[in-house]
Amino acid sequence: MAAATPAIRSPTASPRDWLVPLVLFALLAAVPLLAKLGPEGFILSLMTRVVVVALAAMSLDLLIGYGGLVSFGHAAFLGIGAYAVGILSSHGIEEAGPQLAAAIGGSVLFALASGVIALRTQGVYFIMITLAFGQMLFFLATALSGYGGDDGMTLPGRSLLFDRPWLKGDAALYWVSLAVLGAAYLGLRRVTASRFGRVLRGLKENEIRMEAVGFEAFRYRLVAYALAGAVAGVAGFLLANLSGFVSPAVMSWQRSGDLIFVVVLGGLGSLHGAILGAAAFLLAEEVLSHYLEHWRLVFGPLLVLAVLFARGGLVGIGRGRGA
Amino acid sequence: MTWTLFALQALNGVQFGLILFLIAAGLTLVFGVMDFINLAHGVQYMVGAYLTAAFAAWTGSFGTALLLALPSALAFGLLLEALVFRHLYDRDHLDQVLATFGIIIFLNEAVRVVWGAAPLGVPVPDILSGSIPIGGLNYPVYRLAIIAAGLGVAGLLYGIVGHTRIGMLVRAGATNAPMVSALGVNIRLLFTVVFGFGAMLAGFAGAMVAPILSVEPGMGDNVLILAFVVIVIGGIGSVRGAFLGAILVGLVDTLGRFFAPTLLRFVLDPSAASQTGRAIAPMLIYILMAATLFVKPSGLFPAKR
Amino acid sequence: MTEPLLRLEGLSKSYGALRVTDDVSLDLRPGELHAVIGPNGAGKTTLVHQISGLARSDRGRVLFAGRDVTRLSMAERVRLGLARSFQIISVLPAFTALENVAVAVQARSGSSFRFLRPARRDDALNAPALALLERFGLAHRAGVPAALLSYGEKRQLELAVALATAPSLLILDEPLAGTSHDESRGVVEILRALKGEITILLIEHDMEAVFALADRVSVLVYGKVVATGDPATIRADPQVRAAYLGEEAA
Repeated sequence: MAAATPAIRSPTASPRDWLVPLVLFALLAAVPLLAKLGPEGFILSLMTRVVVVALAAMSLDLLIGYGGLVSFGHAAFLGIGAYAVGILSSHGIEEAGPQLAAAIGGSVLFALASGVIALRTQGVYFIMITLAFGQMLFFLATALSGYGGDDGMTLPGRSLLFDRPWLKGDAALYWVSLAVLGAAYLGLRRVTASRFGRVLRGLKENEIRMEAVGFEAFRYRLVAYALAGAVAGVAGFLLANLSGFVSPAVMSWQRSGDLIFVVVLGGLGSLHGAILGAAAFLLAEEVLSHYLEHWRLVFGPLLVLAVLFARGGLVGIGRGRGA
Repeated sequence: MTWTLFALQALNGVQFGLILFLIAAGLTLVFGVMDFINLAHGVQYMVGAYLTAAFAAWTGSFGTALLLALPSALAFGLLLEALVFRHLYDRDHLDQVLATFGIIIFLNEAVRVVWGAAPLGVPVPDILSGSIPIGGLNYPVYRLAIIAAGLGVAGLLYGIVGHTRIGMLVRAGATNAPMVSALGVNIRLLFTVVFGFGAMLAGFAGAMVAPILSVEPGMGDNVLILAFVVIVIGGIGSVRGAFLGAILVGLVDTLGRFFAPTLLRFVLDPSAASQTGRAIAPMLIYILMAATLFVKPSGLFPAKR
Repeated sequence: MTEPLLRLEGLSKSYGALRVTDDVSLDLRPGELHAVIGPNGAGKTTLVHQISGLARSDRGRVLFAGRDVTRLSMAERVRLGLARSFQIISVLPAFTALENVAVAVQARSGSSFRFLRPARRDDALNAPALALLERFGLAHRAGVPAALLSYGEKRQLELAVALATAPSLLILDEPLAGTSHDESRGVVEILRALKGEITILLIEHDMEAVFALADRVSVLVYGKVVATGDPATIRADPQVRAAYLGEEAA
């Protein structure tokens, strides 16, 4: 009886829950220093991409890993964020504040509007309808001939902070991106552990059970969908600043597929798995494309093999043996 | 004159819809019977087109090429099924999406390696190369041939699914798969047959469009998404739903692109109308899909109960 | 005569051509334990679905505490105090036993649109949840994921979850199904203790338990209520014996 005293206070908390993310962020924080040892601009730009993709993937993890909502249109929010920068700066508004407000506001609006319809559906219908909404936005972007249409548009420069070019340096953009990622990680970690997060996780486990204790699935999922969209919108803002270029390609359905892959590769339902997944994905792409012209011939089968054999993602690799 | 134009555009819409149907039919059956979401179905269409292009270049005859391409597409589909897909039937949809996404990446690149990135062309066969006058305008015979072929396949499918033993099993499987395997039917064999047939239909669609579209890497991707829209509108697992959904999507898309700018001219000035029209037109089918799902969350003819 | 807590008026539901419940009318008095018995396929579970809101009724009305709830969702009905358990075990497998109950407590105590405070360390949720687990003798299993509990423990957990929503009416769909003899005795004791505290609609196959617990019994055959009365009357009703108990008497 003594041994069975219930661990009421966070029964599954283990040092591991903090250790791995801590190491990951420490490594990311060391990047600007290490970058000086090599081609600095290249390393910083690649690692900023890792951070930005991790941010988008982390928000997708909130949906897939915690909410059980397999969204196949998440790149649409990247696109909204990126176009918020592109469209506003083409009208002379280069200040980050309004751009971010537009990125977040646009993402939330789109999430609410599309979520109201998509979240009425289940399972595979949800996958396909999110895909369709993503495509809808993609085609809208290609038709925006005033903003580059198919070809996209080049930005006049990076966003301004309080009228100053704080983001101009590569290291500055990296640090800002990393800070956003850190804030998103801490924020989402709290959200997933909160009352709201518990409802979201419960709905993934057993929707009818949750409705039978009084939770209306739709509302909680819609809020989660909007929250994830907002975070991905911020990632889109950063992505536009990183590449200095905005085109419909950022929200093609393949990008949405990439994001799902990153989350699954890293490990669902862990948040920091998104960082591991993004690093592994982008570095593998970088290395493969460096050595092989047709690197996708290797990359595609790798994806298939990863699905067939590496279940639980990178996060799960050490965990299985450690336990 | 505008009525003739409308009629011709409607014919184009039907022709596009029938091509979509050929792809969507396999997709909806595979999904309905096996609960398997196959993103790589679009590459079957691309492979069909490439095989036809290759065989046409080799034999110099579209007819022979078509006859060779169909069994090859079938064999290719069965090969993929045996190598990859059959290991995914028991997995969740997320795994299926990812693995078949990997196949798309691979095959799009493989096609680029084998045939190059430049689009290939396939000449329209001589007997079908002319055009016939419809209301003062000329309409290509080949497109009419596609319509005829599409309707023929649709009729054939209707007969098979509605009136044969295997069709009955397919319908039963789409409604309640565990029950079918409880009946002692070799469900794996049924899966393989359905899968191979679906792959061949998609390949046939690719072969048919090879002479009128450019055959290029990635050509299956957008068509795949349209096919998804079709089966979601029609109701997953329903061939009848796929047919109606396909025709609907084909018409709305084709007519929308053509007439949206014109219609908007009534409310906007010409340049704004043309710009807005071109922006709205590609979104129409997605709006159609959203509206359908808003009213009927499982599509028009849901097969599952 | 007091106002009924639950009133069913002509509830009907068909699946295709099959009429599963047919014009069911029933009154539940506040505080009573009302059992519904009937052979397999009589439509008992469908009736529970219709009352709880999991299934839409084709015809008829459900009145709860004087209010028409026919068009409300299951979640809305639960928040009014109409809770249910499931015939097929329904728990959150990855959640601990404590969390399964705590999330139900959470549903009735304040908004769940709270994003920052960790729910797991919220004593306002954990304390009542733990008290309920204690009541069912599950306190020592509080930290165990529900998936790892025994079948009987899951049944008890489900009861604890239903009670955690603080219902005034509890619908139990075969709470004894699949439990061992000892476990089912435990559940019967708990139901006896709950009796009078809240109103209970009990669907059950175990006749011994039904006749020991129920204040009144209704018999459902082919979707129709063929008799309602106190246990002794039902036992004696010739129509009931013929239609249902007859199987056992023969």
